[in-house]
Amino acid sequence: MGVPRNWRLQQQRYRLVGEICEKCGARIFPPRDVCPECEVPAKTPLAFSGRGEVYSYSTVYNPPRGFEEFAPYTVALVRLEEGPMVTAQLTDVDAEQVRIGMPVEMVTRKVQGGGEAGAIVYGYKFRPAIGPTA
Amino acid sequence: MRDVAIIGVGQTKVGEHWDISLRHLALGPLQAAMADAGVARADALYVGNMLSGELAGQEHLGALVADFAGLRGVEAFKIEAACCSGAAALRMGYVAVAGGLADIVIVVGVEKMTDALGPDATTALAMAADGDYEAAQGISFVAINALLMRRYMHEYGYSHQDFAPFAVNAHRNATNNPHAMFRFPVTAERFARARMICAPINLLDSSPICDGAAAVVLAPADAAHALSAAPIRIAASAVGTDALAVHDRRDPLVLDGAILSTRRAYEQAGVGPEDIDLFELHDAFSIMASLSLEAAGFADKGQGLRLALEGEIGIEGHVPVTTMGGLKARGHPVGATGVYQVVEVVQQLRGLAGANQVPNARTGMAQNIGGSGATVVTHILERMVD
Repeated sequence: MGVPRNWRLQQQRYRLVGEICEKCGARIFPPRDVCPECEVPAKTPLAFSGRGEVYSYSTVYNPPRGFEEFAPYTVALVRLEEGPMVTAQLTDVDAEQVRIGMPVEMVTRKVQGGGEAGAIVYGYKFRPAIGPTA
Repeated sequence: MRDVAIIGVGQTKVGEHWDISLRHLALGPLQAAMADAGVARADALYVGNMLSGELAGQEHLGALVADFAGLRGVEAFKIEAACCSGAAALRMGYVAVAGGLADIVIVVGVEKMTDALGPDATTALAMAADGDYEAAQGISFVAINALLMRRYMHEYGYSHQDFAPFAVNAHRNATNNPHAMFRFPVTAERFARARMICAPINLLDSSPICDGAAAVVLAPADAAHALSAAPIRIAASAVGTDALAVHDRRDPLVLDGAILSTRRAYEQAGVGPEDIDLFELHDAFSIMASLSLEAAGFADKGQGLRLALEGEIGIEGHVPVTTMGGLKARGHPVGATGVYQVVEVVQQLRGLAGANQVPNARTGMAQNIGGSGATVVTHILERMVD
């Protein structure tokens, strides 16, 4: 992916900034400017806590281009404590130790290492929760 | 709206066609379908394809295929909707004929995947997912399905081995299909020993990377009997969509797009699941077969796998699925798959499915799923009584 495409996602990649619906209170990530629940405009920013739990997981041995240096790596669907789910890599954990329901927290890590544009891409990954819980 | 019929079909054997280019791959079944229909011209050509730009460096397939098929000048477009590009192209052909804008329409699905190296195909297929929020995390399409399969097993208490009947059934049926890629049976024991790809998904849970092309010719139903000895009516053509990303779905284990698509199709055809004699479902991975059976109303949530375990998905079963091998064993040349499914339903309804013939098949359904469930195109076909 090119530099501008990553640059404009920095609020999401670094701080998990989504939105909150002023009408129904739904927490929305990724931001879409329209509430998926009540379908009204929802543009108020909300930074998510980064805490959640593993909904499901697997380990990628045959990665797409650009991710070879990380393979094998564990990917997961993480249910954030505010409600939405995100797709992300898990880090700082052995694949064998991952369990459905495991508490995890967001950390910032290298997600892609350069490529043609030459820029290293940082973003969210999740590790077993060690920070204060809600 | 006019009723629409399929008056001709054609298909190429699915496989690794090293010696055939993308454009020529499309020609064989296109010409076979035209010959089957007895037509020499058409008002429009719709080409279903997903990956030609990424894997062959070639877009603009509508005009290209039209030209090389001897149809230069005809209206022609490529239709793309990830893995359901083929059925999406048929849907557009249906819309054109039903709406009275065209009389004879050719639909061809074509995909050439084996020119690329494995990692390039993996990268290209991941484009069916959400680029910014799924693919950007390094997830592959196999991994997305692995996430769904693991959660399904967790929620409903199934073992991985419980999924074996889907592969066993698909391979058994492909054995009798000369157009299938894998014409050999597999046993449940072999399923248990298959190489793990992306846990819990193993090799025999997965459809192959391959090349293929299939085609149908459409005409107004009231003209179909004059053109064809065995026309098949399209009783329903319907589409449903859902969030592109699995993490944005209402419930990742429910294919809302498929529920919408099938419900609309049932309503249009005036039938229900109990009227469907065979169901060509989208078994790109065995988990998708389970979720499809549930979304189409053949089983309750979490019970799709139960149908397979109870032997109800075979040719003689309650809901015969993948009757010519399905995506698993006929093969899954992504943008062509939806057209193969419909060609196979036509074979069944014409009574030409050979050893795999579903007895007294009158009504068949084909469902093609794009991505992990974001676009779902359903067609219900019926035998026409003159």
